[in-house]
Amino acid sequence: MFEFIVSYYNYWMYIGLMMIGFYAMMAKRNLVKKIIGMNIFQSAIIFFYISTSVKKGATVPILENAHGHATHGIEHGANAINVMQYANPLPHVLMLTAIVVMVATLGVALAVVILIYRRYGTLEEDEIMKLVRRG
Amino acid sequence: MILPFDLILVLFVYICAIAAITIKDLLSAVVILGAYSFFMCLLWTQMAAIDVAFTEASVSAGIGTVLMIGAVSKTKRRSND
Repeated sequence: MFEFIVSYYNYWMYIGLMMIGFYAMMAKRNLVKKIIGMNIFQSAIIFFYISTSVKKGATVPILENAHGHATHGIEHGANAINVMQYANPLPHVLMLTAIVVMVATLGVALAVVILIYRRYGTLEEDEIMKLVRRG
Repeated sequence: MILPFDLILVLFVYICAIAAITIKDLLSAVVILGAYSFFMCLLWTQMAAIDVAFTEASVSAGIGTVLMIGAVSKTKRRSND
């Protein structure tokens, strides 16, 4: 059991970070605080995906000698690419898209927050709900 | 990947996350969120994801912080919680 917890320690880190963001989204009343919680939540998910690509003893995924007497495509024998030498680049590419989407979501959310502030004059959720109920 | 370095960086990330959601001044919270993004960026560099690291440093820590400071300057700076 202890070995299970230690060997999957990146899972526990990302779950803790995700719960901090989730708490901010659910329990905080200020709208900017909710957006900060959403940002933390999204980067926790990106953290989990990137941590699945790590290998022990691996370096950055750039081919060595790619412009010299190099290995092009699939080869066998001494010229073959040693996959265990490089980190897995597929989660990196997926998460690049996720980071850009994260900033787009942030921009739209902040625009909506500015419109809400112009309409109601406050950013606290309970005060906004009181004003909405009054009509 | 070096395990003690990883653990120290994750500790800093947790401290920045908790500080960003508990502080009452929204401008300070936004700046601490920028520091959080840069610590995330260091974490990804040591996990051998350099492309994700520099995208995070330019897009999320740069443009995201600028957008949030703009929004806070257009609205109120104090928060009740």
